[in-house]
Amino acid sequence: MWDAFGFEFVNFYLIPGLVLGCIYALGAIGITLTFGILRFANFAHGEIMMSGAYLTWTVMAIAGYAGLTLHPLVAMVPATLLVILLFLGTDKFFYKPFRKSETIKVVMASFGMMLIIRSAVQVIWGPNQLTFVRGIAKPNPVLSDLSNDIGMMLIIPNKHLFIFAGTIIIVIALSYLLNRTRIGKAMRAVSDSPDLAHVTGIDVDKVIRATWIVGGICATAAGVFLVMDVQMLETTMGFRMLLPMFAAAILGGIGKPYGAVFGGLVIGLAEELSAYPWIGDTPLLSPGYKTGVAFAIMVIMLIVRPQGLFKGRSF
Amino acid sequence: MEAYVGYFLYFLSLLTVGGIYAIFALGLNVNWGFAGLFNVGIVGFAAVGAYTYALLTTAESTYHIGGFGLPLPFGMFAAMMASAVIAGFIGLICIRLRADYLAIATIGIAEIIKLILKNETDITNGPRGINKIPRAWEHFSEERFYTSWPMSWFGTPENWEAFFDTLPNWYWQPLFAGTILLVMYVIYRMLERARTSPWGRMMTAIRENEPAARAAGKNVTRRRIEAFIIGAAIMGLAGSLFAQHLRLIEPTNTFDPSKVTFLVWVMLIVGGSGNNRGAILGAFLIWTLWSASELFITGAIDLIGNIFSTLDPSILQTRAGFLRMMLIGILMQVILQRYPGGILPEVRPASPKADKKTAGTTGETT
Repeated sequence: MWDAFGFEFVNFYLIPGLVLGCIYALGAIGITLTFGILRFANFAHGEIMMSGAYLTWTVMAIAGYAGLTLHPLVAMVPATLLVILLFLGTDKFFYKPFRKSETIKVVMASFGMMLIIRSAVQVIWGPNQLTFVRGIAKPNPVLSDLSNDIGMMLIIPNKHLFIFAGTIIIVIALSYLLNRTRIGKAMRAVSDSPDLAHVTGIDVDKVIRATWIVGGICATAAGVFLVMDVQMLETTMGFRMLLPMFAAAILGGIGKPYGAVFGGLVIGLAEELSAYPWIGDTPLLSPGYKTGVAFAIMVIMLIVRPQGLFKGRSF
Repeated sequence: MEAYVGYFLYFLSLLTVGGIYAIFALGLNVNWGFAGLFNVGIVGFAAVGAYTYALLTTAESTYHIGGFGLPLPFGMFAAMMASAVIAGFIGLICIRLRADYLAIATIGIAEIIKLILKNETDITNGPRGINKIPRAWEHFSEERFYTSWPMSWFGTPENWEAFFDTLPNWYWQPLFAGTILLVMYVIYRMLERARTSPWGRMMTAIRENEPAARAAGKNVTRRRIEAFIIGAAIMGLAGSLFAQHLRLIEPTNTFDPSKVTFLVWVMLIVGGSGNNRGAILGAFLIWTLWSASELFITGAIDLIGNIFSTLDPSILQTRAGFLRMMLIGILMQVILQRYPGGILPEVRPASPKADKKTAGTTGETT
């Protein structure tokens, strides 16, 4: 079983797919929560992710001037705070005025925000590509030695291990928040039925703030993980992530964070595995069409089961 | 004299591009203004129209499929049809769902179209794009047109060559601008007719109160798909005109969503959604602002470059372009919040049976 074939499959398709899936999952959590609680598709989410990565880069650069070499995961903490502020500010000035009117107005506003944030990032940081850490990431030696001993060589760079660990920690923290804390339960209640939640005395404004904060943390993490994975910051990366993240949110069911995690992993794996030579020697699907896989899954879901796998909300 | 020609040509190019954007905005107005369909895939329909036109009308080429050298009007018609077919496909899937899903689906299909254009190098020449796209009126002076059928009836190639040599090299520009404005006017008249017709009033009813329209026995889904397809067909036509204007199209920079989709949205929102005249006004206004600000920015950069000689003007140039995008975005947000109706708010069409005194001569009430 574990021959050259399995080696190639696991190391070059399965693990990258899981990494991508983790990133999509984190982004989709924010999208599905805003979609479920505020009831609109936030087009600016990808751009917020991207700006989070840029802010992290800035924190690292500033620390670099001071002679400190920060790991992106450390620099992410102050950046997350800024992203949360950005989310809350955007909500206050651009989304809140439309809360009482039709939801499509908010979608339009978020579409405008997408362009404003991207242009702002381009004005501030310029259109050129940046990077956190230069050079090729070496596989983790301990892991590859250990797995080589049992005959299953795994080549996983440290950055991927960090991404896996970070995602697992965030998802566990999120499930603790949603299941054990008051605000988390309130968030789920508002997502299920805003009117009923309001009647029972839940402070909807507070819930909305909490949603942005959770979304902001997940978005920054997703942005930073993405940059750690591809080792490159560009201003279009947020937009590129948008479609797979929406596909993940719809696949898992709108308003269902676990669904979003599951959907993200499925979309990430599907994108990577679609390029695997399942039949013959050529890739099943040209790697250029990876984004198309996410879209195809989304379209099929919209036709067959618009409420998603986990019985989310369907409008 | 030369300087005046320059200004004249600048004015004409404003009219040309403004007119193309106005056609885009009219198409979007059918989607959003009439039927309330949130289409953010304008760039996709534009690309389909442009590529259909380009592939059908260019001369035989080794870089991409065909170059079928078909007549220009046929290419434009095919562009509309191709766009309409794709819109029909999306419409059938997404129109019964809520507006947000349509938005996601249209933005997705736009990206997929661009992916296909980028990856199918055998058909579209991939990222290098298609060039030498014939532009209406200018194409007469190309050899393959004056040596072939209708033109070869009227004169020998030598005669035609001599004739085009006597014309100034911008002779086509007023004619091209005029053609675009004519197309725009025809579409405008047709849409005005559609808007005041029972069909248009039904669209308004569906948009404003879907359950009531449904209860009144209107086929809501079908009407929406119709509006979506018509809007997309107009966008496809505008895309083919865009290809003619540019003469060189490629998938990434030509069809940048922020410069096509977003700009057209801002034009419609500023001009007034639901109002065809508003769409045209918004398109010309925003396009004039957009291109005038380019001159202004260039001037400002020269000034700054002279004062702070340490700064690299090319960096300022690219960043100023992004700043302009950001300001346009903020303009849209302000209009959306403060003046949701736009400059020319929507005028509701009245029933022809309504009181003629209050309805006025055009049959409209405010």
